[in-house]
Parts: sequence; structure tokens; C-alpha cells
Amino acid sequence: MSVKVFERPKALSSVIFHYCPGCTHGIIHRLVAEAIDEFGVQGKTIGVASVGCSVLAYNYFNVDFQQAAHGRAPAVATGIKRCLPDRTVFTYQGDGDLASIGTAEIVHAAMRGENITVIFVNNAIYGMTGGQMAPTTLLGQNTTTSPGGRKPERAGRPIRMSEMLSQLEGPAYIARVSTHNAAQVARAKQAVKKAFQAQVDKKGFSMVEVLSTCPTNWGMTPNEALKWLEENMLPVYPLGEFKTEPGLPGPSAAKTTVPTREVKTD
Amino acid sequence: MDKKVSFDEERCKGCELCIEACPKGIIHLADHFNSKGFHPAAVTDEEQAKCTTCLLCARMCPDTVIEIFRPERVAR
Repeated sequence: MSVKVFERPKALSSVIFHYCPGCTHGIIHRLVAEAIDEFGVQGKTIGVASVGCSVLAYNYFNVDFQQAAHGRAPAVATGIKRCLPDRTVFTYQGDGDLASIGTAEIVHAAMRGENITVIFVNNAIYGMTGGQMAPTTLLGQNTTTSPGGRKPERAGRPIRMSEMLSQLEGPAYIARVSTHNAAQVARAKQAVKKAFQAQVDKKGFSMVEVLSTCPTNWGMTPNEALKWLEENMLPVYPLGEFKTEPGLPGPSAAKTTVPTREVKTD
Repeated sequence: MDKKVSFDEERCKGCELCIEACPKGIIHLADHFNSKGFHPAAVTDEEQAKCTTCLLCARMCPDTVIEIFRPERVAR
């Protein structure tokens, strides 16, 4: 007799993903679904889908879902969480959604310390629209709107959302993980679980930035894309936990922000 | 002997991430096509015995194609 030790998580529906072959969206979907399964909150989880390749995430998760306007997922999630505080609310956003058109929403949701979890998939390019330059595109990276490579004098430098948001006082947990090999995927799973734990413990805003690939728009095979991620993205987007509220499981973060003193008014 | 690793061929898109992840190098793309027109990943019946059920292929699979079965430990 043998025991099944690995199967499709219950929180994923049986629909086949529309993602391109080798797209790491599928891995990240599975990690989120496994976390939902392990917390046993499938019946009271509400996801908020973004615009981008992950716009169809509501087809794949076996939980309630709301589709938000481009970049507005954290604002929609704020409304859902405030109306239904007993639900586990997460957003699933790409870099074109979160780091570009949705910058205002994510920064202010983090600043307010909304008790939601954000899964931020960073693949340094706009995937769904055909491989245009994103704010997260690396310097020198070829895209359809930066032929010859991204040049800093024209298009600025890549934005590091995790570092940026970890300067705020609202977030309880911010980490950057990667999917370029199985060990990193296992680490990513721990980070996703910790982010959901922060929400369950009512610690406040949590975000996991997951470095991801886009083999189709990068013009590589899936395995070449994972190598490209490891060699080129990791130096620009270092992995690690940028903010951990005390009380969360695991090692505490090196950096914690000093809370602003309240001004006394008479 | 029971299968240790099984592939849901209809889900597979032949991306080869599992092939790279497998430390034993026993996964290959089958010669036949699935209904979407991809060559699905496969392990031959003879190679099943070499599988250590380390889960690395399943962890890297973006389409949750792979299920892993571990032989039950018998108390001695």
C-alpha cells in the first residue's frame, strides 16, 4: 500500500490554467491554495483578482472572488474586509497592476495597515498585454516598449515595492520570495503562510512579493527563464523578510520601523 | 509495484520544469500528444522504482499535473 503525499489542493478548482507553459503563476496559485487549505478557511476566504494574466484567477480558486478594476484590488479588499472582518481576504496582483496603475491603492492600504494579505507576482514585464515595459523591468531589459533595453535616463530605474512599503508603519509582514527552484518554492510557501497568519492574528497588512517568470514575453524556454530570473532579477530584487511584526512565527526581521509618537492635543 | 509518481496528462503543457527539477533524471516527455497538443511528461514503469518521492517535480509543476505516492512504512 502507498499513501498519497502530494496532490492538487482542495482550494483549487479542477479547471486547467490558461497560463502559458512554464508560467510560475501556476506554482503561486498552488501555494496560496495550500495555505488556504492548511488554515482551513476555504469557506470564508474572499480573493480579489487584479487585471493582468491573473484576471481569471476566480476560475481557478475554489473560494469566493471579486474582480477589481485595474490596480484597485487593495481598495476593494479594504471594503470587503471592513464589512466582513471574519473573512480571510487576499488580493492576487501582478507588477503591472500593483506597481504601476495601482501604486496609490497599495501604498495607502499598507499605510492604513488594512488587515488583508497581498500576493504580489513580480515578473518584470506586462505579460497579458504582450510584453511591455513595467516599472519593475530591469535596466537593459528588452521589452516591446523598450527595444534596446530599459534606459534609466528615459524610463527611470526598477521600483522595489517590498523595500518601499516596509518603510511604513502599517504593514505587519512584508517578504520577497522566488520560484526559481524547488527549495525557493518551499520558502515561498512559508512566507505565504506567514502572511495569512498575520491576517488571522489581526496584526495588519501583509504582502508577499513573489519573483516570477514570463517565458513567453521574455522569449525563453521555461527553464531558461528560471535561470534568467536567478541570474538577473535576484541582484536587483534581493530575497528576504523586510518587515515582521513581533509575535509572528519564525525569525524576526532585521528591520523594524520605529512607530511615530502620537502628538498630544489638548 | 505501485506507481510512485503519476501525471495527469491532460493538464500537462510540456514545460519541462519537472524534468529539470528531478534529481534522478527519470522524467521525460512522452512521444504521444494530449488533447491540447502538448507532449505530456512521463516516467516509464521501469524508472518508477528509481523515484525517491522527494516531491521536487511536484513542487515545481505549474499545473499541478503530478501526484506522488509514498510506500507505507511497515513496522518491524
